[in-house]
Amino acid sequence: MNAPHDPTSVGAVTAQMAHFDAPIRLRSGASLPAYDIAYETYGELNAQKSNAVLVCHALNASHHVAGYYANDQSNVGWWDNLVGPGKPLDTRRFFVVGTNYLGSCFGSTGPASTNPATGKPWGADFPVVTVEDWVEAQARLAERLGIERFAAVIGGSLGAMQAMQWTLSYPDRVRHSIVVASAPKLTPQNIAFNEVARQAIMTDPDFHGGHYYEKGVVPVRGLRIARMIGHITYLSGEAMAEKFGRLLRRGALGFDFGTDFEVESYLRYQGDKFSSYFDANTYLRITKALDYFDPAADFGGDLSAAMARAKAAFLVVSFKSDWRFTPARSREMVKALLDNRKIVSYLEIDAPGGHDAFLLEDPRYHNGLRAYFASIDL
Amino acid sequence: MTDQEQALLAARPDYAAIGQWVDRGARVLDLGCGDGSLLRYLWQVRQAPGYGVEIDDSRVLACVANDVNVLQVDLESGLSLFADGSFDTVVLSLTLQAMRHQEAILREMLRVGREVIVSFPNFGHWSARVQVMLGRMPVSETLPYEWYDTPNLHHCTITDFEDLCRKLGVRIRERLVLHQGKPVTLMPNLLGSLAVYRCTAS
Repeated sequence: MNAPHDPTSVGAVTAQMAHFDAPIRLRSGASLPAYDIAYETYGELNAQKSNAVLVCHALNASHHVAGYYANDQSNVGWWDNLVGPGKPLDTRRFFVVGTNYLGSCFGSTGPASTNPATGKPWGADFPVVTVEDWVEAQARLAERLGIERFAAVIGGSLGAMQAMQWTLSYPDRVRHSIVVASAPKLTPQNIAFNEVARQAIMTDPDFHGGHYYEKGVVPVRGLRIARMIGHITYLSGEAMAEKFGRLLRRGALGFDFGTDFEVESYLRYQGDKFSSYFDANTYLRITKALDYFDPAADFGGDLSAAMARAKAAFLVVSFKSDWRFTPARSREMVKALLDNRKIVSYLEIDAPGGHDAFLLEDPRYHNGLRAYFASIDL
Repeated sequence: MTDQEQALLAARPDYAAIGQWVDRGARVLDLGCGDGSLLRYLWQVRQAPGYGVEIDDSRVLACVANDVNVLQVDLESGLSLFADGSFDTVVLSLTLQAMRHQEAILREMLRVGREVIVSFPNFGHWSARVQVMLGRMPVSETLPYEWYDTPNLHHCTITDFEDLCRKLGVRIRERLVLHQGKPVTLMPNLLGSLAVYRCTAS
């Protein structure tokens, strides 16, 4: 049975895979001899190849940005509210590319893939990957797709770090960088949250030093806790209060350690759901990629010096209720761009959703992105 | 001049003066930039690139749609995004009277810009004086709000503003006083409804 036709959906989509035989050298010094990158595209690349937009995903998402799969119609892309015909990132005008980063568990080569040297899953031996490495792989995919220069690269959170890094790794290959709910580097508090998540995973008895695939087990407990911690930081206190209040699950206090409050039930549910599909080794690596991102590090901590080589125009967006990456962190980025006299606009949206607001449909936010995309010349 | 520019100058007579005082290619910062129409105008007539600062959501959106660089930050918290001397001209057009901290913003403008341009509705205009004398807060073309719905917090007259400039050591380079779009030279604090100043640090 077909879903009711939604004219603003890109409709049924198919994931594609690009295989690369040339080795990729990673920032760590390790290299992958060969690798696959999973991706999806929506819309048409125009004759001048000037309308391509790269969408970079954050922690737990994938190349499935918009539309749905014909054999799984409930599996809707993670940024479907933004991308489609007539949506802010309008696929009638732009050719949109979603890619899955290296190290993922959703298609691109990652820790669960087979290590050609051993014939077994990489597991713990899969290298630590960085934002720079992801951009490198995306650049190779762009070459494969015949895209010399992106009209824009956009992302939220960790995805936005890729949008920033694009302007530094390939200044001539990106015209606009759209950086949503992000930061030019993590604070010690951010890193601390990531470390708790990693410890939860690595101390799970089923983790087996990262070689759990061959044991036929999954460190579910660690992943659950990691996800629960993450979820607390994605929501604002206000959003949590509004969503759950102190509502009781069973109508009265239980005087036991079952789920008394709705918020506990929510976190357990999110943890269970996540641990059923996400790979622990991938989780460890993406949190490291977040921790390591710091383009100013090579410039003595001077972000303005780091951003000097960027040539793109920037749109930076933050959300007032986001305490994981606060507006102040976005303003650091804006200041560094202003110091370099770059073209930049900055929106500070008074949305209540916390860090997750970048995935929601606040009209001020989406209208801003719509107007910005409309102003991009093709 | 295009029809659009003519309509803009009719609606905002201070823009023509600001346009004359901004050098070709100058770097401009427009504080309280509204929908970005001044920055667009300065780009068209002076090829002056710039940034606008605006706090209101719908105006910020209008700037993005107008292809004007806009930064959504609160002016009251200062201009900490901007380095010392990073602009040729900093403009505060019809915004001074709506701010809480006049002294602070003028100091900040002189820190980040070589020149500052300030325009404000003149509360000393005779029609305002008459209305106050008759016992009511003034409502006019340049002061279009009722007392209970006005965004304006600190009204001043031409004399008041010049006193403040003296106190802060701000040097007034040029002054243009207007009424209904026409220059006023005789008794400006009485006959002018709109004042535009070009200032530097002394």
